[in-house]
Amino acid sequence: MSEHASRRAAPRSPMAAPRSFLWTRRIFLTLLTAFVVLPVYVMVSSSLKPLEDVSGKFEWIPSGLTLRPYVDIWETVPLADYFVNSIVVAGAATVFSVAVAIFAAYAVSRYTFRGKRVFTVTVLSTQMFPGILFLLPLFLIYVNIGNATGIALFGSREGLILTYLTFSLPFSIWMLTGYFDSIPRELDEAAKVDGCGPISALFRVIVPAASPGIIAVAVYAFMTAWGEVLFASVMTNDTTRTLAVGLQGYATQNDVYWNQVMAASLVVSVPVVVGFLLLQRYLVAGLTAGAVK
Amino acid sequence: MTETAVAHPTEPAVRKATPGEARAPRRSGRRRIALPYLLLLPALLLELLVHLVPMLMGIVMSFKELTQFYIRNWGEAPWSGLDNYTVAIDFDAPVGQALLKSFLTTCLFTLLSVGLCWFLGTAAAIFLQENFRGRGFLRTLFLVPYALPVYAAVITWAFMFQRDNGLINHVLHDQLGIGDSPAFWLIGDNAFYTLLVVSVWKGWPFAFLTVMAGLQNIPRDMYEAAALDGAGVWKQIRHITLPSLRSVNQVLVLVLFLWTFNDFNTPFVLFGKAAPESADLISLHIYQSSFQTWNFGTGSAMSVLLLLFLLVVTGVYLLLTSRGRKTSDV
Amino acid sequence: MRRVRAAVTGVVTLSLAFTATACGGGEGSSSSPKTLTYWASNQGASLEIDKKVLQPELDQFEKETGIKVKLEVIPWSDLLNRILTATTSGQGPDILNIGNTWSASLQSTGALLPWDAKNLEAIGGKDRFVDSALGSTGVPGKEPAAVPLYSMAYALYYNKQMFKDAGIAKPPTTWDEVIAAGKKLSKDGKAGIGVEGSNLSNNIHQVFVLGKQHGADFFTADGKPDFTSDGAVAAVKQYIDLMAVQKIVAPGNAEYAQNQSLSDFAKNKTGMVLWQTPSQTFSSQGMGPDEWGVAPAPVPSGKPGQGAQTNSMVAGINLAVFKNTKNLDGALKFVKYMTSDEEQIALNKAYGSVPPVKSAQKDAAFADPSLTVIRDTLATSAAALPQVPEESQFETVVGTAVKELFADAAAGRPVTTESVKAKLEKAQQQMPKK
Repeated sequence: MSEHASRRAAPRSPMAAPRSFLWTRRIFLTLLTAFVVLPVYVMVSSSLKPLEDVSGKFEWIPSGLTLRPYVDIWETVPLADYFVNSIVVAGAATVFSVAVAIFAAYAVSRYTFRGKRVFTVTVLSTQMFPGILFLLPLFLIYVNIGNATGIALFGSREGLILTYLTFSLPFSIWMLTGYFDSIPRELDEAAKVDGCGPISALFRVIVPAASPGIIAVAVYAFMTAWGEVLFASVMTNDTTRTLAVGLQGYATQNDVYWNQVMAASLVVSVPVVVGFLLLQRYLVAGLTAGAVK
Repeated sequence: MTETAVAHPTEPAVRKATPGEARAPRRSGRRRIALPYLLLLPALLLELLVHLVPMLMGIVMSFKELTQFYIRNWGEAPWSGLDNYTVAIDFDAPVGQALLKSFLTTCLFTLLSVGLCWFLGTAAAIFLQENFRGRGFLRTLFLVPYALPVYAAVITWAFMFQRDNGLINHVLHDQLGIGDSPAFWLIGDNAFYTLLVVSVWKGWPFAFLTVMAGLQNIPRDMYEAAALDGAGVWKQIRHITLPSLRSVNQVLVLVLFLWTFNDFNTPFVLFGKAAPESADLISLHIYQSSFQTWNFGTGSAMSVLLLLFLLVVTGVYLLLTSRGRKTSDV
Repeated sequence: MRRVRAAVTGVVTLSLAFTATACGGGEGSSSSPKTLTYWASNQGASLEIDKKVLQPELDQFEKETGIKVKLEVIPWSDLLNRILTATTSGQGPDILNIGNTWSASLQSTGALLPWDAKNLEAIGGKDRFVDSALGSTGVPGKEPAAVPLYSMAYALYYNKQMFKDAGIAKPPTTWDEVIAAGKKLSKDGKAGIGVEGSNLSNNIHQVFVLGKQHGADFFTADGKPDFTSDGAVAAVKQYIDLMAVQKIVAPGNAEYAQNQSLSDFAKNKTGMVLWQTPSQTFSSQGMGPDEWGVAPAPVPSGKPGQGAQTNSMVAGINLAVFKNTKNLDGALKFVKYMTSDEEQIALNKAYGSVPPVKSAQKDAAFADPSLTVIRDTLATSAAALPQVPEESQFETVVGTAVKELFADAAAGRPVTTESVKAKLEKAQQQMPKK
């Protein structure tokens, strides 16, 4: 792979594409767009309906529009608190996960050392652990750490950050090792000739060149933490509950507030989708920035 | 297990040329040796704390009779030897039968879901490789399913799949007139397809993202050379794009497989605590066997069996794909 | 060389950063005698409403005793798991609400404080509580694992206008009358009665009562599962037959698990529903209190009573003390406070339930006709679900069996005595061996 890893973004040949290609593309992308958009449309339209309407037959065009759900969502559950929790937890987990993964991937990609295979295989195999298997033990460990040292890991944001950052770690390390491998070693060699040590070579040369990979990994780490339900439902309490669990609060003992579920989902999704929009620019920029050749 | 070590897609390349390595002896030896370990240390500690030690505890639990009578002090729960395992794999008794059925369902589900995710992701990435109007918009739009919190997305699908009030039946039955009476999607046999649709909707953007990143590494001149040789777009995709994605795909398919196989969130939010038999995925099944029936010993035993299965599959997969790669490289 | 050192420093700093983040707040069971942690279940229309209802009462308690109560309202989806993990780790609240049907199961874990004579004395004695509610606090003959807090029972709710339109003069009292009324109501896309076919707990509540009416218990006297007796099979079949044979339940109800049957009722799509205290839901779905009526849940014949005349399970919430509490004295004071007449009246009024405390029941607030039906049912004709440690497993496996049978019925597949028995047989084999 490394021999043809040119650092240039590669659109296909500028030669005019044949009609068959254009039509296939048009049809495929149209269908795919419909598939992607459908639930989003349902969310938007249902979030604007009164409760009686959403618990009745589906209508494409809402008969009566109301902004009431957008007001009620803040009352039904402490959505703002959950939101802050999710941002803090997912954000911190992402930053640390990416940092730890960069170091580990650098070691695996650029050095040969005893135990390297054991490390990669072990880290990789943790992706196979069914969450159920270690949910309870992990909880017990956190509690015991808490009892022994006074560091409250269970029920706290910190415990969740630690858990989530580790969840995304194996894949991040793996992915980044691949990216680092594809960066020609001549680059860090050149940096070292200029007097850089291994760490500054990592940060000055490899990290910028691998930024698309790093961004992809960061996005992955963020989303892993953002959407996780099982561990969050057991490891959080009132004050640390994240959105993924908190949104379930709209289904209460008495009622499912479908319109509020949809409104809340939209409200909490908007910042994330905007975040993606911004990252897109970096994604593209990162790809061209790597052109040191 | 050591065979899987060959696994790393780019390992051969690393061994072939590592200039840093060649220079190593000239530096201060001890520090040189310590550095990679120091770099790995944080990752290692975290893995130990969150994954490895808990997993070992889980394995220990699987040999204990850890029912509701003992969970309060599980250290004192009596050892039960292989009892939990014999219950789990006694395929003539209902518990084992249900586990086997759930396992087979999960296999089929994973196969279809990964296949579709990969196909949609790859196709979309290739179609969006070249610039055209609306490309940036679509690229962002396609990431929306990935950006939505799982709970929000899945509950919306559950809302749409309701029999009497949902959009799906409104379209299929009321508007297109398919079927005599509206179908059930959240219970009965159709639940499998419901789960598949939701899982693909949620999962394919990841494949899209990964393949898109992989496409960036294909040098432009390869296409130019092919174009000079008179290869059309379809041919270029077949002969340049797809083969170049090989190593990306190797990783992608494997992680999609593992995530889909272990996915808990989707079926849990979609069906609640008791999934219909047709969509009873293994993770939810184990959850039910441990949390719902408070038998953490049997639940752990099932998890360990699942883990062994995944280890074997992954090992074989990596062995096969790596060998394939090596021969094709020659 | 310096750079290598820099690298090492970097790594060390990073690891320290981890430790630093891990040093933040967090909270656990309170150890100081001046605080208590209380896990409340979600009783009101939302978690926030629960907080608004409970917080003033907790403030009042603090004023009286100087003990501050930290409140956490936990959604039902998480409550049992949270209790289980608290049990496993020993780190939990001081006081907690539990569904009363979980009493025996949680009792067997040993995580809850047994209410021996001394502890009961501290809260005013056993005699303050209604008998039926006490019957759902743990395995009979053992010291109760919890005390009753709120009580509810099933009743038949009917749509007054739909009854009038169909020419039904008075609400049905027997199953035959329910079916007759249901058939009159089932026309023009409307249905006679609603069920929640995919809601495991609700399924259990209904088939348990029908089982009683057929003389069947789902457990033998010595606590062994007994799901396949003729009575149990007949009970389950009778419930499914409302959809499969009598056709007074719309097939769509088979997938209901989130109270959709209540919205159907509120939208005049079904004429009857068997439920526990749904008035809040009706009004949030736009149905006023004048539009529905309430009657005792049906029996095979005659009047509701004990044994085969049972027409409801004893539904409700119990209050338990976590055994690991470091503030037992404060916890007992809190339970005493929550079960005092004044608090019982205030809380049960807010939640539309009935106080399980005899003296509080007499309050005028519970003389409303819709609540007297429930009060009478609890007093005369409600039975506690089996008080065995395996109750929770029973709910899962039998509830699932009923759900699957509804799915069969809805898909038009025949549901026979044999197929019901086979499903129950399978459920029974999934129960833990004794």
